Amino acid sequence: MAEQPNNNAYWSANIRLVTYCLVIWALVSYGFAILLRPLLSGIAVGGTDLGFWFAQQGSILVFLVLIFFYAWRMNKIDREHGVDE
Amino acid sequence: MDQTTLNIIVVGLSFALYFGIAIWARAGSTSEFYAAGRGVNPVVNGMATAADWMSAASFISMAGLIAFVGYNNSSFLMGWTGGYVLMALLLAPYLRKFGKFTVPEFIGDRYYSTTARIVAVVCLIVISITYVIGQMSGAGVAFARFLEVDRDLGLFIAAGVVLVYAVLGGMKGITYTQVAQYCVLIIAYTIPAIFISLQLTGNPIPGLGLFSNMSEGTTGAGEPLLVTLNGLLTDLGFNQYTEGTSPVNMALFTLSLMIGTAGLPHVIIRFFTVPKVADARWSAGWALVFIALLYLTAPAVGAMARLNIMTTMWPQGVEGEAVAQEDLPDWFETWSVTGLLAVEDKNGDGRIQYYNESSEEMAAMAAERGWEGNELVTFNRDILVLANPEIAQLPSWVIALIAAGGIAAALSTAAGLLLAISSAISHDLIKSTLNPNISEKSELLAARISMIGAIAVATWLGLNPPGFAAQTVALAFGLAAASLFPTLMMGIFSKRMNSAGATWGMLAGLLTTCLYLFTYLGWFFIPGTNMLENTASNYLFGIPPASFGPIGALANFVVAYLVSKATAEPPQEIQDLVESIRVPRGAGAATGH
Repeated sequence: MAEQPNNNAYWSANIRLVTYCLVIWALVSYGFAILLRPLLSGIAVGGTDLGFWFAQQGSILVFLVLIFFYAWRMNKIDREHGVDE
Repeated sequence: MDQTTLNIIVVGLSFALYFGIAIWARAGSTSEFYAAGRGVNPVVNGMATAADWMSAASFISMAGLIAFVGYNNSSFLMGWTGGYVLMALLLAPYLRKFGKFTVPEFIGDRYYSTTARIVAVVCLIVISITYVIGQMSGAGVAFARFLEVDRDLGLFIAAGVVLVYAVLGGMKGITYTQVAQYCVLIIAYTIPAIFISLQLTGNPIPGLGLFSNMSEGTTGAGEPLLVTLNGLLTDLGFNQYTEGTSPVNMALFTLSLMIGTAGLPHVIIRFFTVPKVADARWSAGWALVFIALLYLTAPAVGAMARLNIMTTMWPQGVEGEAVAQEDLPDWFETWSVTGLLAVEDKNGDGRIQYYNESSEEMAAMAAERGWEGNELVTFNRDILVLANPEIAQLPSWVIALIAAGGIAAALSTAAGLLLAISSAISHDLIKSTLNPNISEKSELLAARISMIGAIAVATWLGLNPPGFAAQTVALAFGLAAASLFPTLMMGIFSKRMNSAGATWGMLAGLLTTCLYLFTYLGWFFIPGTNMLENTASNYLFGIPPASFGPIGALANFVVAYLVSKATAEPPQEIQDLVESIRVPRGAGAATGH
């Protein structure tokens, strides 16, 4: 509490990172797997198209990478702003 | 050795393991009972979270749901995993920093309001009780089928097992039991899947087998599995496996499952058990790793099982003859006894024709070939995973393993839910409102007694399942999405959000969601009291009741924003509290309760 004035910078760096991650999160699931699927229909994957792959497996893999990327970046941001434990 | 004896041995060994862990990890303090003493390694916590989250629905039902619908039901895969992104980025680290024991406790403190805390307790209990009914009756059915006992006796055994390890160990015992249960359930799920994938495609990894070519000696050898499946389905008048119908509804349903997942209290509390804020972030990632092992396999299990069923029913392809009744595999007979599977030789030709009778093209073909309707009259989707080893003719020890896995999935989730319920009662109702001076020892006793009470209620509801149980699952997800998630999120991301805004927002989300569900499903789900018929043409903007969660969440956000704008901003100490939640430093010290 009552930390240094750099808390604002820390918080906006966090919000920026979360926003980027959520854009990718929405893009792979609602985008590639569902609404934009027709755009990917030309790309064949194992007897079907890339949109189907994203719906059944691809988005789960991207979610995984996203959480670990967020955790790694966030730890770095914590250290840079001196608020890590 | 016969199958039942083998099942009893394997299931019995797994129980011995759970009990051993419960005795080893007995809880001695409230911190250990509610939050496992906050000493859980993030990888271990991730594994426990995975077992906690993956219920009988994930283990038993999901592959069947995908198998019979195909692409459209990918919503379950994305929805039930995508919620973890929201949880990891928007909730888990901050709630861990807050350092308290329960979700209503956070809402009550952040919004400096006992009313808000009580509303949150009500939401939590409705969400968790609904879930627990399903888990207990699921475990009862699994016991009944695999140990060949009465369904009621099966349920009592399940309740007894949960009672011992949950009451004794609290969160600490549950955590380590769930780790063991995760191992049992993931092995049970993947071994049959690997065998089946090898049989069909020669690929030992089922998730890759789904996109591989069929191996020699199988139907459609040399071409991709999904092409073979699509071909067989369209030949029989079904929709293509890989084609979808309504993208907008699918997106909305996926969103509903994601927000609902992120707002489920029994999953959120698992992130209170790790030592540091950074660990809460890692832990969410590890949880998804362990969940993904099953969720990447499930679509393969679904597609391969569907293919196996089609080739069983039509051994020479659709142009040839359907399967003769006496040639049906043994598992048909075993499962017919349970009533979950039934055939009826309508045209009396001694063969069982399976096709989509509502397709016009098929109706013409049926008339020409003397069929009188689809003869595979019942195929409960839940038997797909449980019968999978039998469908693929795997050895009997694999069947015993699946029994132990299904039971582990149901029991681990039931234990997590019962803990969430009992801590809401002992901590949020008894300690905070009724008797604030209660000693730690008495609180621990109260927690154990409320746990026993919760198990008794869950068992009773499992024995007499209310007719609305299936529909309240939609309510539980909608409720978590519309009430808890937005309120928790605003508590962290908006310093300006005040008590009035949060309370009115929660009520708005809660009431619009309930109202929408009751309109189509009846007041409090009493049949016949619905105001509009539950059909697509009646839905507001075509939104089905199960997909309404995001709209309820939106109502919550909007009302909360407007009310908070019109009322005074929260006191300075609350704004400082929000400020402190946002930075990780000092999480270890903040444990006052």
